[in-house]
Amino acid sequence: MLKKTIATLALGVTLISGPLLAADYQIDRQGQHAFINFKISHLGYSWLYGSFKDFSGTFSYDEKAPDASSVQVSIQTASVDTNHAERDKHLRSDDFLNVSEFPTATFESTGVKSTGDNSADITGNLTLNGVTKPVVIKATLVGQGADPWGGYRAGFSGSTSFKLKDFNIKKDLGPASQEVELILSVEGVRQ
Amino acid sequence: MHWQNSRNAYGLLSIMLHWLVAVCVFGMFGLGLWMVDLDYYSSWYQAAPDLHKSIGLCLLALMVLRLLWRTLSPPPLPLASHDQRTQQASKTAHWLLYAGLFALMLSGYLISTADGRGISVFGLFSVPASLTSIPDQEDIAGVIHEWLAWALVILAGLHALAALKHHFIDRDVTLLRMLGRSER
Repeated sequence: MLKKTIATLALGVTLISGPLLAADYQIDRQGQHAFINFKISHLGYSWLYGSFKDFSGTFSYDEKAPDASSVQVSIQTASVDTNHAERDKHLRSDDFLNVSEFPTATFESTGVKSTGDNSADITGNLTLNGVTKPVVIKATLVGQGADPWGGYRAGFSGSTSFKLKDFNIKKDLGPASQEVELILSVEGVRQ
Repeated sequence: MHWQNSRNAYGLLSIMLHWLVAVCVFGMFGLGLWMVDLDYYSSWYQAAPDLHKSIGLCLLALMVLRLLWRTLSPPPLPLASHDQRTQQASKTAHWLLYAGLFALMLSGYLISTADGRGISVFGLFSVPASLTSIPDQEDIAGVIHEWLAWALVILAGLHALAALKHHFIDRDVTLLRMLGRSER
């Protein structure tokens, strides 16, 4: 009787903790181990880096079935920061991000295709400045595992490039600066 | 003409300050509107805002000087031909112009110094930042700066129209006094 109970419990524990379902992760805002940065050429002479400080998101990921993964990110565009208040003010204006009319940018994945052991192309819809267009984020699993504080984490980096004009961003910064690269480095805490 | 104001006439210094500020206010309004729409590759893209900021801070110094001078050498008495309401209205308008202009210059300063950067005045010296921790400082100061600029040029325009009305309709010396004459 006792033996049977223990066996049942053990089975139950195995079933619950087993890697059967894709795990859901919350992008770590609490400890802010997540960055959404961008870079754009300045005149063709240097790279300008900027960051969105306020965003949130979730992803689901199962290493056994990576193509079933998905990701959703939502960015408050007014949180743009390039280390220069006047430029940030300009970036928030309708010359660029138009944040009073379109305060939120989003990315929602529509499909994930593995391209290697730890890499994948994440296709999804990027909504920015009121325009929604498909983009492909080239993503890499940086690492995953237990953290020292009792949780479980997985982290990815990824990037995608697009033309400013494609998202109806009006200001022309010159021939070398037509495209911006969006660079994501996010760590998720398993829920 | 004397440097100082008298009971019936403006002195040279007050007249010069008045017209210098007038030119700055309208010039800065045009410069401000023009510079924010410049093409990125325009040779003025950096020079125009630098000029705008430099003139703005010089104007601030000029306005402080003007207020000081006002206490040292008070402006002439209102014209006897102006009724109570006219005197009250012009007094209100003048103080609104002063207050609006100071608020306008302060808001501009708060945009450019929001991240702790100072403002270079014609490359000669730098005015340091002071207030930098107002939330969304550059954005809020920017909105205030734009609205105040419109309000001020409209008010200054009304002020000019009122002076022309006194000159051409009432045929008094209101405008002439600011040109250094005290009788028609």
